[in-house]
Amino acid sequence: MSNKKENLNKIKFNIIIDGQKVEINEGDTVLQAAKKNGIHIPTLCYHEKIKPHGACRLCLVEIEKNSRSKIVASCAYPVEDGIIVHTESQKVEQIRKNLVELYLALFPFNPEIKRLAKKYKLSGTRFKKENNYCILCGLCVRYCREVKKNNAIGFVGRGINKKVTFIPDSAYFKYCENCMECVDICPTGVFPSNYGMERFPQISD
Amino acid sequence: MTVKISNRIDSLENLKEKANEFKRQLDDSVVISICSGTGCMAYSSDVIYCGLQKEIEKSSSKTAKKIILKRTGCHGYCERGPIVVIYPQEICYLGVREKDIPEIVEKTIKGEIVESLLYKDEEGNPIVKETDIPFYKFQKRIILSNNSKIDPQSIDDYIRIGGYQSLAKATSQMSPEEVLQEVKKANLRGRGGGGFPAGVKWETTKNAPGEPKYVIVNADEGDPGAYMDRSILEGNPHSILEGLVIGAFAIGSNKGFVYVRQEYPQAVKNIKKAIGQAKEYGFLGKNILNSGFDFDVEIHRGAGAFVSGESSALTAAIEGNVGEPRLKYIRTAVSGLWGRPTNLNNVETWANVPLIIKNGADWFKSIGTKNSSGTKIFSLVGKVNNTGLVEVPMGITIRDIIYKIGGGIKGNKEFKAVQTGGPSGGVIPEQLLDLPVDFDELTKAGSMMGSGGMIVMDESDCMVNVAHYFLKFSADESCGKCVPCREGLRQMIYIYERIMEGKGREEDLILLADLSLLLKEASLCALGTTAPNIVLTTLKYFKEEYEAHIYYNICPAKVCVPLISYVIDENKCAGCGICVKACPVDAIRGESKKPHIIDSEICIKCGSCIEVCPEKYSAIEKKTGLVLEKAKQKKETEGGVDLSK
Repeated sequence: MSNKKENLNKIKFNIIIDGQKVEINEGDTVLQAAKKNGIHIPTLCYHEKIKPHGACRLCLVEIEKNSRSKIVASCAYPVEDGIIVHTESQKVEQIRKNLVELYLALFPFNPEIKRLAKKYKLSGTRFKKENNYCILCGLCVRYCREVKKNNAIGFVGRGINKKVTFIPDSAYFKYCENCMECVDICPTGVFPSNYGMERFPQISD
Repeated sequence: MTVKISNRIDSLENLKEKANEFKRQLDDSVVISICSGTGCMAYSSDVIYCGLQKEIEKSSSKTAKKIILKRTGCHGYCERGPIVVIYPQEICYLGVREKDIPEIVEKTIKGEIVESLLYKDEEGNPIVKETDIPFYKFQKRIILSNNSKIDPQSIDDYIRIGGYQSLAKATSQMSPEEVLQEVKKANLRGRGGGGFPAGVKWETTKNAPGEPKYVIVNADEGDPGAYMDRSILEGNPHSILEGLVIGAFAIGSNKGFVYVRQEYPQAVKNIKKAIGQAKEYGFLGKNILNSGFDFDVEIHRGAGAFVSGESSALTAAIEGNVGEPRLKYIRTAVSGLWGRPTNLNNVETWANVPLIIKNGADWFKSIGTKNSSGTKIFSLVGKVNNTGLVEVPMGITIRDIIYKIGGGIKGNKEFKAVQTGGPSGGVIPEQLLDLPVDFDELTKAGSMMGSGGMIVMDESDCMVNVAHYFLKFSADESCGKCVPCREGLRQMIYIYERIMEGKGREEDLILLADLSLLLKEASLCALGTTAPNIVLTTLKYFKEEYEAHIYYNICPAKVCVPLISYVIDENKCAGCGICVKACPVDAIRGESKKPHIIDSEICIKCGSCIEVCPEKYSAIEKKTGLVLEKAKQKKETEGGVDLSK
């Protein structure tokens, strides 16, 4: 709504989000469309400066298209003309509730997770608690790569053994500018104390 | 590499002439072919090959007949390898050993048959021809049959059986659009697991904006127990190349990739050689068969990730990035490799293309069911008598595959379930044995076609343990990007571990169902959405096994180690002491000639004692359920636990 001038030449799509009819520019994602219209969709791995990752799955919404519905990650789903978006349908809520319960076993201290846990009346989790606070949202990795163009942090391993680390372990002297922005961006706020990063920002032996 | 102009083939007529020439060369000669597929190689078929070679050299003076020795690809009947087939009579020798070599060569020269190496049916009657053996008789081998006829490293051999004639037909007599419509009409569905119609995919790539367009062969076959793609790559690489070039011609692509696992060295070698030969003959490169169409192909070796078989992860890997699936709201057919339209099909799908062009869409549709045309190759493994690769028309029942082709369950045990579709699939229980095998029916039953793995399980397999095994595989092979898949699988494994240890809780089954639903709905790629299939199907069809584990600490199949115990029956034990020597942890005590006992505190449940106990005594018994004090405690606290089982 705000930068109208810029949007004049773009093709407009009409979509319905949670019963609200809105006009959206072509190329916007469903999440952007919702944001512009004051509808909150929870996210953890999304950042406006970085390409969507689709890993946290909190932003899942239900979309109706040609009278068929499907679950999509709103952070990456490009709007199409005539789609109907439900950000809090029964199905979405069910998935999100189970997801939040998984997060409670992983990292229960994030404000968004806390808020959602309260919303779904989850007092605890039925799952085994993990001692790893990192949720592998990859914000630090992607921010360093896409915004800072430094590639000082990366993922290693895969599956349940995936970790975030400096590449190679102690080479941050070379690539890390010590901007500390990855620390700020971390949704768990415990960035340096995990995943072999104890040495950060000290100097390695 | 310099291209020899003399070898170039420039028209269909030229190709047919060549084929006839190669056929004539085999007139009046005897071909001894030996399977050099992975299974037979493991039975040291190369030793037999060398032995045969020497023996033929020795006896070449004795005969006027020309004897040609040939290494071929996988014949499929891996259970009975190494397989030697004598052409033109098609005499099939199974389980050939080194000592049989002189006799084979001698009798072949005389035109006789070595009866002892033939297949014997139930009544003991020998069967001479390969195609008459029950294992082959009930199959429809439109793709695999060529494996046994040709030397995979020789393009001439492939041309002899009519190879590349479909390509020549397509480029000289058909327009790209006609080729595409033919494949679309044939309703060739993706053999890699998804079952998406290949023709529709081709059309999307063809019509998508952006140049250049790419075509890819997905040979990242990672399922445990599945090796059909491997056998085609190793046994008939030219058929894949031919299909790929035809597809590229239809789509309008000039560049292709073969993404093959690093773990398949022979496949890499053969496809590399095939590409070189195809270039030499003008089936690849500039102006293919004088049609003005250019196409080149490159090999990309995978680094060993199962998830790289997923299309977006595969394209990422070729680009040089980490093989991790991306959000695919814009399909790879539209935006794939380097953001360009990319058509990706599985090995088996590509190998079907030349057959469709050669015989027409109607022929292809006449095989199989209404919605799943053609054949499908399955790797039939596990507790079945005839393990190997089987190619069957879609719509055949699982019962026919297991009992008619597979020859029933090993050791006359009772069938329990068959796991289809690899780690992404589920189990199919006995009551669904008459299910016709096609893409839709298997999905309806909660499993899937997948790449075509078929693991047969009998009464001695614990379904909880099986589910845990496949989940563990998925968890290890997941890329770890999205939370439901990574954390969901991690939690599921915790739950399985405690059930298998006898510490399962009542709510665990609900937890598993909840997590399965979450993975199915919320995961980013197909690895996550299909991983819970094994949980859901075992829960659906074998719930009582879970309950036995959780409520009674009983593993009905006696597989889960913490739930089993070995006990010596004092009435049967003669005190011979053999088990005492076999026990690696000295858990068995007792005086000589008197009944022994096993100390359950020390016993590591390795099962060595039960193996060595003489059959006349059979004094050691494997038991499951709560044992000793633990059982008593549980009985006191919970009451009414049935220990008699």
